[in-house]
Amino acid sequence: MKTFRIGGIHPSEYKLSAGKAIEILALPKQAVFPLSQHIGAPAVPCVAKGDVVKVGTKIAEPGGFVSAAIFSSVSGKVSKIDNVVDATGYPKPAIFIDVDGDEWEESIDRSETLVKECKLTPEEIVTKIKEAGIVGMGGASFPTHVKLCPPPGTKAECIIVNAVECEPYLTADHCLMMEKSDQILVGLAIMMKAAKVNRGYIGIENNKPDAIKLLTEKAKEYPDIEIVPLKVKYPQGGEKQLIDAVVHRQVPAPPAIPVNVGAIVQNVATVYAVYEAVQKNKPLFERIVTVTGKSVKKPSNFLARLGTPMSQLIDAAGGLPEDTGKIIGGGPMMGKALTHTDVPIYKGNNGILIIREKEAVRTTPQPCIRCAKCVSVCPMGLEPYLLATCSKLHDWEKVEAEDITSCIECGSCQFTCPSHRPLLDMIRMGKTTVMGIIRTRNAKK
Amino acid sequence: MNLILVALISLGAIGLVSAIVLFAASKKFAVYVDPRIAEVAAALPQANCGGCGYPGCSGFATACVTACDSTKSIEGKFCPVGGQAVMEKVASILGLQAAPSEPKVAVVRCNGSCENAPRKVKYDGAMSCKVVHATCGGETGCSYGCLGCGDCVAACQFDAIKMNPVTGLPEVDEDKCTSCGACVKACPRKIIELRPKGKNNRRMYVQCVNKDKGAVARKACTVSCIGCGKCVKVCPFEAITLENNLAYINPDKCRLCRKCEPECPQNAIIAMNFPPRKPKAENKPDIIAPVVEA
Repeated sequence: MKTFRIGGIHPSEYKLSAGKAIEILALPKQAVFPLSQHIGAPAVPCVAKGDVVKVGTKIAEPGGFVSAAIFSSVSGKVSKIDNVVDATGYPKPAIFIDVDGDEWEESIDRSETLVKECKLTPEEIVTKIKEAGIVGMGGASFPTHVKLCPPPGTKAECIIVNAVECEPYLTADHCLMMEKSDQILVGLAIMMKAAKVNRGYIGIENNKPDAIKLLTEKAKEYPDIEIVPLKVKYPQGGEKQLIDAVVHRQVPAPPAIPVNVGAIVQNVATVYAVYEAVQKNKPLFERIVTVTGKSVKKPSNFLARLGTPMSQLIDAAGGLPEDTGKIIGGGPMMGKALTHTDVPIYKGNNGILIIREKEAVRTTPQPCIRCAKCVSVCPMGLEPYLLATCSKLHDWEKVEAEDITSCIECGSCQFTCPSHRPLLDMIRMGKTTVMGIIRTRNAKK
Repeated sequence: MNLILVALISLGAIGLVSAIVLFAASKKFAVYVDPRIAEVAAALPQANCGGCGYPGCSGFATACVTACDSTKSIEGKFCPVGGQAVMEKVASILGLQAAPSEPKVAVVRCNGSCENAPRKVKYDGAMSCKVVHATCGGETGCSYGCLGCGDCVAACQFDAIKMNPVTGLPEVDEDKCTSCGACVKACPRKIIELRPKGKNNRRMYVQCVNKDKGAVARKACTVSCIGCGKCVKVCPFEAITLENNLAYINPDKCRLCRKCEPECPQNAIIAMNFPPRKPKAENKPDIIAPVVEA
């Protein structure tokens, strides 16, 4: 069975909400839409205070090419455009909508029927994806239409669908595959048409045998699509790791991007959103979010409208347990701890994980014992101990030369460190600084 | 005997030839170093802190001498550690006049102590302000204030800045602070500022850098600047400006009249090293209790 070549770890899976059906979450009282839910320029609001919007009304235009539009997930009145404290604790501009009823835009096809045929040209599909505000829904939130338009001089050869879900605990993609398999396959076919490629792969880790079986069965109709079962290993869901695992190609260090080796990687939830946008005219305004944790009463997969406060999802899953130590937006490996629970659900938010107090405590860091475990597990072939130390000493030239910008922040190094050193914390700080230095250098040129 | 003599003579000859070659080489390939550089460097405090903006004291000395040769002035060059006295010495070595300058001191513009700005979450990652700043908003509700991990303390070479364990904020020892600016560079939130020491060490400043709107800022911290602008109105010298919901006292214009201090509803304006205020006339108690004599 295939997997990526360098590094990797095997964290315990704890897929507590696996096999649970998707539950539709009740509407919130107020929905909040941060203007920056994606990588790139923040969106620009196109509604004002007092405007009445419906479900699926565009409320913010993209702020540039690498940007995405935002659509209202509720019907009601725009109450204000103000700052909201995001998951990390910084205030960010957002649109607040008071919910009133549930009236949808007429253009949206709300029927459940599967529409297989797509007569649009590739350019029209890309425009439609752009107009639906779709971004990568696996976490990084990179605008999808940008990925489908490779930069000049590069040519895409295949689309790889990331249905790996290598993060422990999370099951949002798994339940989506179980319930919407037909739509995913149609969505992939549409994206292959848009990117003008004739090869599609869906990479699934073999801890989801039911999904592999179901999709392999259904993919028989599509000769261009291949389901690739993968050996369980974290971080297989990383873009570069998945390409290596599925087509055995390695993406060079930045500024090279996956399309330089002919691959476009899309998350399975993104593919489903593309199906809905192109075939059903439904922009991106809801997504599946896993709410889980060992002491959560009812670990579930919710279909939640974007902008719903996370506290509502936690309540729907049985409320915040008493022994909560940390609440994490995303999975345990790459997610970020929340500073409060009123953070709205955003496009790239695939899970809410509640960690018990005794497990949330970090152990005191001990000196590095030079065991090089971090080096052997780094999926990018970096030397995390060195990057962390040099970042701590603010030796930016050295960390840049050591390719800190290649780091995918998967956290494998910190997970495996027997001395519990905060390697990723330091590397992340170093990476942010070096990226800033590179940006200013490029701006000067 | 003969053998010893031969050895002595031959070694002596080699020594002599080498000495002549070395002497000639040292004259021929001598690199001229301006003797004033060594003199200036000797006058400097040799802290090698980089506060002047040059790599160490010798770098600063070279820069001063070069500037003196090319522009006949050392304007804009200042050793914050040595201060005016050292700059006068340097100027006299170079035969110039030192520009008058005011001694400065680092001030911490945040009063978000554990009491004033309650901690809402607990951070347990790497203890570095830079890391906290890059990853989350910090433990308090204020995303502008001090993070309390002590990057400034680690940056200070003069032991002049210390963490107060009670307030969780750094405190500057004015006598030790040389205003080299290392802490200013180390603080990712730009809280620390170099301000003139002022007459009798007295200075006024807004002890807050929060740019949030009033209500948000007040919620996060009881002593935050809410941008009400009362201080701006009361200032007779137009020294206070209000930008992005934050007041700033321009030290060059401020005449230390202290009028703004009582105006601030949040007590965010700090008057440092002033004698305690005399109680105002109208605040005096009407009835004076009779003094009971023993």
